[in-house]
Amino acid sequence: MCGAPAQDLDLSGVDLSKEAVIAGVVSRGDDPVPGAYVRLLDATGEFTAEVPTSATGQFRFFAAPGTWTVRALAPKAEPVDRTVVAALGDVARVDVSVG
Amino acid sequence: MPRNNVLVDAEWVEAHLDDPKVVLVEVDEDTAAYEKNHIRGAVRIDWKKDLQDPVKRDFVDQAQFEKLLSEKGISNDDTVVLYGGNNNWFASYAYWYFKLYGHGDVKLLDGGRKKWELDSRELVEEVPARKATTYTAQAPDTSIRAFRDEVVASIGVKNLVDVRSPDEFTGKISAPAHLPQEQAQVRGHIPTARNIPWSKAANDDGTFKADDELRSVYAGAGVDLDAKDTIAYCRIGERSAHTWFVLHELLGQQNVKNYDGSWTEYGSLVGVPVETGAGQTGEQA
Repeated sequence: MCGAPAQDLDLSGVDLSKEAVIAGVVSRGDDPVPGAYVRLLDATGEFTAEVPTSATGQFRFFAAPGTWTVRALAPKAEPVDRTVVAALGDVARVDVSVG
Repeated sequence: MPRNNVLVDAEWVEAHLDDPKVVLVEVDEDTAAYEKNHIRGAVRIDWKKDLQDPVKRDFVDQAQFEKLLSEKGISNDDTVVLYGGNNNWFASYAYWYFKLYGHGDVKLLDGGRKKWELDSRELVEEVPARKATTYTAQAPDTSIRAFRDEVVASIGVKNLVDVRSPDEFTGKISAPAHLPQEQAQVRGHIPTARNIPWSKAANDDGTFKADDELRSVYAGAGVDLDAKDTIAYCRIGERSAHTWFVLHELLGQQNVKNYDGSWTEYGSLVGVPVETGAGQTGEQA
């Protein structure tokens, strides 16, 4: 799930050498879900940040290196959790499919 | 204090969408959210442009608040229902202003914009036209606002509740990862403060937890709300307004103030004590 950013993630203007980015897309079936809420929880499960997804279903966090949980909340769907490891200079890609 | 005096749910709002004495007000950190859509009939208050003094570092004074509410078409006897994004952080911050300037009937929409969206309720683009009023504000009630000198004198004396995330509290980071960095000069927290993140008071959907759960959050962190006066702070005073709402409005603790100068002020003061690390939280750094 880590590695070079995929083409569909907009990371323009981000100096990746200084950031531990967690980013991805929330989708339902083949469609991106705009306006979903993505929460970033730390290793203890404590809330750290929350962002709504963009018109193309994208979300992005500038995290610290370590293990995180991404929780996606979307209308008419149960919350979905994904575990992700962030590292400095890397984009930890985590896509979430909601029901 | 009964929570339905200060908090309403989406069904209540939907039932009052056409009530002329109920004014919905959206307050967001992302001030473009309102332009995209909003609850029908809602007006917007911009937390920065409308609520901060344009020159000095302070929020709007009594006359500026009167002018703002008059322009927004809000009357003294209107029921004002505030809601917004970020789990109602900025709506809580505005709520605190309405109380500070003595508005009679003001409430928060539980869960704010997030729960409304997650419930797939109606949002519209149309901006309502409200006739201007002549609003009269009261002198600011400073029993709910703490200033820096009181905060410094409260170290080891009053309950200091730091509602930022654990990483901000310990000094690892200076602001939440998704926000612009209004910076203090140093990182850390006020000595003797307990770290009880605002998020402990809210459910995932942004609604407030039940009263008994809320009481146990603070008691469990060693904060005796009855034994001592309490001051809540965060980075710029909006998340601590959320906690102030919990303590003062939901739990009815009258001896609670919001320190809106918060860490951006305290962490820039010369000569005051600062603590880093886990402090008295007992939690890991």
